[in-house]
Amino acid sequence: MLRKLTALLEKIVSPFGRLYHLIFRAMYRIERYSLGLAFAIIIVGGIGGAVEIAPLFTINETVEDAPDMRVYTPLEQAGRDIYLREGCYTCHSQMIRTLKDEVDRYGAYSLAVESKYDHPMLWGSKRTGPDLARLGGKYSDDWHVAHLRNPRDVEPASIMPAYRWMEGREVELADLPARLATLRDVGVPYTDAQIENAVRDARGQATPDGPDAEGVVERYGEATNVRNFDGEGGGPTEMDALVAYLQVLGTLVDPATIAAAQAQVGSKGE
Amino acid sequence: MVAALTVGTRVLALVILGIGAIVGLAMAVAGAGQAFGVHGWIVLIYCLVIAWRVMLQLDAPEPSPSRLRSYYDDPIKMGVVLTMAWAIVGMGFGVWVAYLLAYPDLRYDAAWTGFGRLRPVHTTGIIFGFGGTALITTSFHVMQRTSRARLAGEFTPWFVLLGYQLFVILAISGYLMGINQSKEYAEAEWYADLWLLVVWITYFTLYIRTLARRAEPHIYVANWYYLSFILIVGVLHIFNNVALPVSWSGSRSYILWSGVQDAMMQWWYGHNAVAFFLTSGFLGMLYYYLPKRAARPIYSYRLSILSFWGITFFYVWVGSHHLHYTALPQWVQTLGMTFSIMLLVPSWATAANALLTLNGAWHKVRDDATLRFMMVAAIFYGMATFEGSFLAIRGVNALSHYTDWTIAHVHVGTLGWNAILIFGAIYALVPVIWRRERMWSPRLVEWHFWLAVAGTVIYVFSMWNSGILQGLMWRTYNDAGTLQYSFIDTVMAMHPYYMGRAVGGTIYMIGMLIGCVNIWMTIRKAPEAGYLRDMPKTPAGDADDRRVPAE
Repeated sequence: MLRKLTALLEKIVSPFGRLYHLIFRAMYRIERYSLGLAFAIIIVGGIGGAVEIAPLFTINETVEDAPDMRVYTPLEQAGRDIYLREGCYTCHSQMIRTLKDEVDRYGAYSLAVESKYDHPMLWGSKRTGPDLARLGGKYSDDWHVAHLRNPRDVEPASIMPAYRWMEGREVELADLPARLATLRDVGVPYTDAQIENAVRDARGQATPDGPDAEGVVERYGEATNVRNFDGEGGGPTEMDALVAYLQVLGTLVDPATIAAAQAQVGSKGE
Repeated sequence: MVAALTVGTRVLALVILGIGAIVGLAMAVAGAGQAFGVHGWIVLIYCLVIAWRVMLQLDAPEPSPSRLRSYYDDPIKMGVVLTMAWAIVGMGFGVWVAYLLAYPDLRYDAAWTGFGRLRPVHTTGIIFGFGGTALITTSFHVMQRTSRARLAGEFTPWFVLLGYQLFVILAISGYLMGINQSKEYAEAEWYADLWLLVVWITYFTLYIRTLARRAEPHIYVANWYYLSFILIVGVLHIFNNVALPVSWSGSRSYILWSGVQDAMMQWWYGHNAVAFFLTSGFLGMLYYYLPKRAARPIYSYRLSILSFWGITFFYVWVGSHHLHYTALPQWVQTLGMTFSIMLLVPSWATAANALLTLNGAWHKVRDDATLRFMMVAAIFYGMATFEGSFLAIRGVNALSHYTDWTIAHVHVGTLGWNAILIFGAIYALVPVIWRRERMWSPRLVEWHFWLAVAGTVIYVFSMWNSGILQGLMWRTYNDAGTLQYSFIDTVMAMHPYYMGRAVGGTIYMIGMLIGCVNIWMTIRKAPEAGYLRDMPKTPAGDADDRRVPAE
């Protein structure tokens, strides 16, 4: 039985016989030289990565145009950094696939451009909880705060961890200018004004009736959420930052731009 | 162990540890009050503890030059103990997070016990702690025996082994404190990544230098696999982790890549961590310990060449099958799918080569649980690679992706293939290294075997069920043409399977703990072996037959 199977395998392989013979002979030689072997491994292993990855940086169609897309505000970026810190990506994806049930459940499928400023991207690989790519605006700030405090207060069957320890913790603001500047170095187009005013803007976004609120709208646009996200007084908390981030997910690109880009893809396919 | 080093080596170790301690102190001062500072203290204490251990025996007499005529096994002994320690950590956290998904409040009301912080501790602890230490340890053994040469140097192996431990400790303690760059299976921050790079380059030079001393004209197959593991993992690690730190005195950094390019880079890394860490490296292990234990030569040399280059070439292309139906361009997805299916040929060729090696030794598989561990590992390897190719098909992936089916698939590989192979290799290795006749209790090896198989099967069936069920529920429409189930409906439907998974994991862990006891007792109590011929070839002539004294 096994002999037969091997014979069958040999038969399938036989058209490539000459090539394999060449490989066998080459290998018989190479395996006597450790550095030669190492070199061959790097070359053979490198091909796949080079062919698949390098063109993604050069082919223009890879990422759609979205001229109206804005960058994260300092408060939202601080919230995103909390999302990274807590490992939210282990249970939540941020990538709606081009499948009907996903579009019906979560909204328009995700475009590449929408995570253009995401260092790193958070597409995720597992949905122990639902996808969050278009979470922004779906629930109220109060809902988010209550849900983060203890998910089972809002949804008794939820298995998400409770983040009540996060309440009232002041968000780290001092190094926000440095964070924004670093992000600019890796390709996010923050302006000098945005970097200089990062701390003020973070405070302003969570204090709608304060003196700094106006500057946020000025620098990040009319559509920016300027609210007291956690409903508590005092400086911005981690809850403020995280909710600000969750409320902006999927809304950085104008819905009309998303619809237009998807219509274009659809017509190309037909 | 320290007394077996030359005085020069001891001093060198103290110098390097001193430098490490100073760097640690600098980190602790610069990052005072932050998690980065805590990492500084960890580095400092780690270096000081080892330095103290070296100091204790600094004045011990020079070891006799005759040691150079035997293999250098001290780091391997330490490696075996560390491997099992990581198994306890990694599996312990794994079982905890498994129960957390069934009972979300089974934790303290503290930041570090959130699932998102614990889960990377489990994955890093088990893949890099347990798996990585096992790879380094067995590679030290395999490279010496197959080259019939002593390890190159006495300092370097310790540097690689203990330096690597420091990396894993920094990574894991970081996640618990909230240091996480959120790249799956590469969560450690920039300074830990840089440190790993230093360790890894040293590891490569050690391997090449030992191979250069070999007394055999050809490099044995196992070494090809270990080499490709070291080389490609190094390349992956560098490209995936290019990041810009926000400051030199803090842990935060931002990765150079973004969006779709980052996604492709991530899964090129992510899948090839599976390929070259959990496959190539482990095939190196399999190609040495299985034929050795069965006392049969590898079935086919040609088949091993075919599968080695097939795996090295095909695997690198397949990462994009993690991104089906996403915003990644379709041509890349299709390439990933195509190569994933082609990959089945070298994968099954490898599994077949291993199993056919057992022809003529199947009675040993029946009688010897250690060999059975390796045989079952090869079977699970075949199953996992088949399932992997299947899940990479776009249509199947539409159902399976984002569900527990992925978790099931991963654990067929990690529990059934990687961990079971490690246990088999360790049960083969421990008596050889400690010069024992056999393991302390063959019965306990047998118990461990059946608990491991039972645990894996319960775990995997639970996750297959939950994954397929959840995938189907997500896409079920009712007669009105709307989605039938809310997301929380699907979460509730998972509960019994999450229980099943936790139970399977617990059984598996009990087996592992039995293994730890057995290994410990073997070191302490098992009868010493009699005559052994386990020496490198020396320039003076063939390896002599005198018994190596047990230390």
